[in-house]
Amino acid sequence: MTGNRAARAILGIVFIALLTAPLVLKRLSARRTAERSSADAKTALARHGFYLQEVSQAAGIHFVHEAPVLDPKLNPIMPEVASMGASVSIVDFDRDGWSDIYVVNSAIGSKNALYRNQGDGTFKDVAGEFGIADVNRPGTGVSTGAVWGDYDNDGYEDLFLIKWGRPELYHNDQGHGFTRVSEQAGLPPWINANTAIWFDYNGDGLLDLFVGGYYAEDIDLWHLTTTRIMPESFEYAKNGGRKYLFHNLGHGKFEEVAEKVGINSRRWALAAAAADLRATGHPDLFIANDYGVSELYFNDGKRFREVGQQTGVGFAPKSGMNAAFGDILNQGRYAVYVSNISEDGILIQGNNLWVPKQGTAGDAMTFENLARDFGVELGGWSFGAQFGDLNNDGTLDLYLTNGYISLDRNRSYWYDFSKVAGGNSTIIGDAKNWPAFEGRSLSGYQSKRLWLNDGAGKFVDVAQAVGVRDTYDGRAIALADLWNRGVLDVMVANQKGPLLVYKNTVTPENEWIEFELEGTVSNRSAIGARVTLFWNGQQQAQEVSGGCGFAAQNQRRLHFGLGKYPQVEKAVIRWPSGKLQTIDKPAAGQLHKIKEPA
Amino acid sequence: MSQQMTAPLTPPPSAPARWKQLIRLDNRYIAPIFITCILLVGHLSFGILESYQRTLLAIAVSIVTELALGGIFFHKWVHPASAYITGISVGILVRSPAFWPYALCAAISVMSKYVLRIKGRHIWNPSNFGISAMLFLVPETVASLSIQWGNYLLPMLVIWVLGSVIIWRLRRFHITFTYVVSFMVFAFLRSWLIGSPWQSEIAPITGPMYQLFIFFMITDPKTTVRSKRGQCVVVFLVALVEMIMRMYQIVYAPFYALFIVGPTAMLIEIWLDSRRASSEKLAVAR
Repeated sequence: MTGNRAARAILGIVFIALLTAPLVLKRLSARRTAERSSADAKTALARHGFYLQEVSQAAGIHFVHEAPVLDPKLNPIMPEVASMGASVSIVDFDRDGWSDIYVVNSAIGSKNALYRNQGDGTFKDVAGEFGIADVNRPGTGVSTGAVWGDYDNDGYEDLFLIKWGRPELYHNDQGHGFTRVSEQAGLPPWINANTAIWFDYNGDGLLDLFVGGYYAEDIDLWHLTTTRIMPESFEYAKNGGRKYLFHNLGHGKFEEVAEKVGINSRRWALAAAAADLRATGHPDLFIANDYGVSELYFNDGKRFREVGQQTGVGFAPKSGMNAAFGDILNQGRYAVYVSNISEDGILIQGNNLWVPKQGTAGDAMTFENLARDFGVELGGWSFGAQFGDLNNDGTLDLYLTNGYISLDRNRSYWYDFSKVAGGNSTIIGDAKNWPAFEGRSLSGYQSKRLWLNDGAGKFVDVAQAVGVRDTYDGRAIALADLWNRGVLDVMVANQKGPLLVYKNTVTPENEWIEFELEGTVSNRSAIGARVTLFWNGQQQAQEVSGGCGFAAQNQRRLHFGLGKYPQVEKAVIRWPSGKLQTIDKPAAGQLHKIKEPA
Repeated sequence: MSQQMTAPLTPPPSAPARWKQLIRLDNRYIAPIFITCILLVGHLSFGILESYQRTLLAIAVSIVTELALGGIFFHKWVHPASAYITGISVGILVRSPAFWPYALCAAISVMSKYVLRIKGRHIWNPSNFGISAMLFLVPETVASLSIQWGNYLLPMLVIWVLGSVIIWRLRRFHITFTYVVSFMVFAFLRSWLIGSPWQSEIAPITGPMYQLFIFFMITDPKTTVRSKRGQCVVVFLVALVEMIMRMYQIVYAPFYALFIVGPTAMLIEIWLDSRRASSEKLAVAR
């Protein structure tokens, strides 16, 4: 090699600088994060406008999730195959104006809990006396989630119990008890599902039910005939459970129509959510799949078309575990947040924030993943996430929980996991080929993320600073104004861990407004109704949801933060029936109960 | 990964041979074409790339760096085939949602050829150096391709057969063969030693990362020793060091093993060469 000595010296310096630059940047970034993390409640309130305090014990909630124990053939990798089930959903089951909490359990014989909000800051578990506690009996599988929807429009929210096992529908008897109506409804005998949502896909005023299978439905995880139950590929698997769309025929009867209306997939669904993404008046369906690409189904009111690749959300396969919608830029359009896996140096999938591309709309709508640009990409082994304005500043923030399996802190299963996950399908697909866990952790003890939205396209993690310091294996997040104070509190369901209740304290300078909708022509739960709020020259759209996130359901009412000195111009409600209703100058600081005009 | 595959020296061709030469592919292009095929098939069927842009960025940075440094230090336009392979390897093997790791990895890979030289020879396989450095320095941003290529038998068989034929033609099949046999023997040995299912121990070699590793990285003519036997011994040692690292559960054991063994073998060969040259000089002087 020729060239003068000076050139070689310069090249050497540049080379060393390039090698060391990432380390320097990393150190600077770590310092900034540490500065942000060290704050007490007073400082957090001043700096971020809110802080969270975990109050489950004081509120009388002592729930601890129990994981399933499956067929002994799976013993070597039991922590992995039994790693899901914790779930939380919010419902005002007795219509007393206070949000109640339903939380499921996943061990055979364990009890689910319905925490009735007593309005005095405490809760009481009434699941036993109301008949929805002992639902994990031998031979029927175990609960993995719950979604509430008033399928018969009688004014009371009914319960669909998601299970690895026999799915159950419970009719709410005017808030005084529940009656099991699974057979009458026409539900199948067994589904291994982790996700379900209520939505009125055809706009007939009756809530329909989507259920996404995870393991194939012919597998009884407690009585295995084979150990070939694992995904055939880590990112391209199509040997999961089938999908179900139960079309509500009225009178408590449902007809399964998934294939008939164009939903035909055997990907491993973990999360589903529906929203009217194209302003067509029909809810589109988003499914986040484990071991593969996400699916997006455009709905024309009668049939669905899978448009994942066409819209950009269904090309790069990852490990989708969450689907949540949020109008993060206050533009009246929803972004979709999908959580995936990121483990330093081993697997950096990164979470996806699918934001509608500027200038695209309708059937030509496409999305781009802006998770990195917005700062919400890396969240460890991410699970449930929800959008909500936690500091009432007028923009939607993002709460993410994470952590897969927390066992021995000093020994990791990642090496063995990565070894097998990259192998041939005949190896990965058979549980007996997976090395034993032997008490090791897999992305355990992770710090949670609470990203504050600055409204200009950046999110900053303030979880530690505002008091979110737990490191349980988080699964589901639900947001609700538990104590009717005009703030969003946070419930977190943890696998083999406690149900956490983070009580929110928000600076009183930031104002709020809430809407509770009731359909008349539309389904009574008003699921799918969209409220667009206009204030201070900006707008934000939110939609009543029948389940979103991971195995979770937020409160039915819609909560908007307004920031300081809000001048609310109007709220425009588009009901699922297509009716438009405008509320002029609704007062801030109030819950507005609105019935759909006849 | 594999840099320029050196073509054997041949006398000037006769007329029919000229025709043959026209339709015959220059060996220099075989590896780039093969790796491009792997990339295209992998991406079109499985979407293995983070994005086209990131891979193109790696290729562009790699080629620009090569051309610039070649111009500065060799005063000529260096053939870009080698840089292309480095860039494309970085584009496939680096997994990061960010753009900068692709550019950085490609740049340091190519630069390593110009900076880390002994007696006029670079001793690290460029992309092995770049990827190992990235995995070691910025693990929170970078991982390597391990699972993003389906887990199906057919694509793997196609690549193995095609790769073997090409590597055979380039007279480097013995390297790949020795490594694969060594890996399999060590896999069963590990399984026996630690009691894990043997399927899990052989699983890695059925994955995509190894297909690139065994056909491109370990066969790189510029960073392997010259003798055929030496090449076999070196890859056996790579497999051995990898086996030891795997006992310590190091995920990227093959990259790190080659990172250590490859240059060590090169240094020994350079030292032996210089000793031989000194002896010859002494003999001539006498």
